[in-house]
Amino acid sequence: MSMDAVFRALADKSRRKLLDRLHKRNGQALGELCEGLAMSRQAVTKHLAILEAANLVVSKKEGRTKLHFINAVPINDIAERWIVKFEHRRLSALSALKDILERNS
Amino acid sequence: MSSNTFIYVTYIRTTSEKLWDALTKPEFNRQYWFGCHQESDWKPGSSWTLKMPDGSIADAGEVLECDPPRRMVLKWRNEFRPELKAEGFTRCTFEIEEADGMAKLTVTHQAERPSIFIDKVSTGWPKILSSLKSLLETGKGLPRTDQPK
Repeated sequence: MSMDAVFRALADKSRRKLLDRLHKRNGQALGELCEGLAMSRQAVTKHLAILEAANLVVSKKEGRTKLHFINAVPINDIAERWIVKFEHRRLSALSALKDILERNS
Repeated sequence: MSSNTFIYVTYIRTTSEKLWDALTKPEFNRQYWFGCHQESDWKPGSSWTLKMPDGSIADAGEVLECDPPRRMVLKWRNEFRPELKAEGFTRCTFEIEEADGMAKLTVTHQAERPSIFIDKVSTGWPKILSSLKSLLETGKGLPRTDQPK
């Protein structure tokens, strides 16, 4: 379950589209996910398998149907590792700037 | 179920027992759960509360199932916002499995009806679980989740 797998899975436009669709409505079956997409059922199945292997999608059997759920944890791991760290530096720079400007006003 | 259900999965380099401790012991909870902690004796039928850093009750409910270190099911309701409390109880299931030398944690949080509360926790869970993973793997929770917001 490496971060490489997550980045590779996210590097594809069709897979990001599938994640967007699940974000909009969580817990969809394959048939619903394919609706209105310019992709074959086989292609969607393949992309879902890659998303599942990266732990970005989790599937669960409900009776005879397999429902797909978006799992935001790996995306949050990336955000913590690659975004918050840099955001934090910028935010502290901004608050230092605010301090200086307010002191001089 | 579907839109009233959220499922989160994380793989953590630790043992099932350590993960269970981190989920159930208050001193661990505080380090990755926005400073909150849970109180319960973790027996089926016992009460369960999630407390804010100041000790007030955020959420409350009941332990429905408890099978350490594998599975726990909680009946869960928000207590401090009247409109969320009015939605009634949700159900949260924690499952721990061993997978490739790692502990796989699956958290399934569901409501019977469309729920604003479920939508709200759905943005919190990924942060809590990322921080839990960090705590168990590195000894430190993540900065945004180890102290009150």
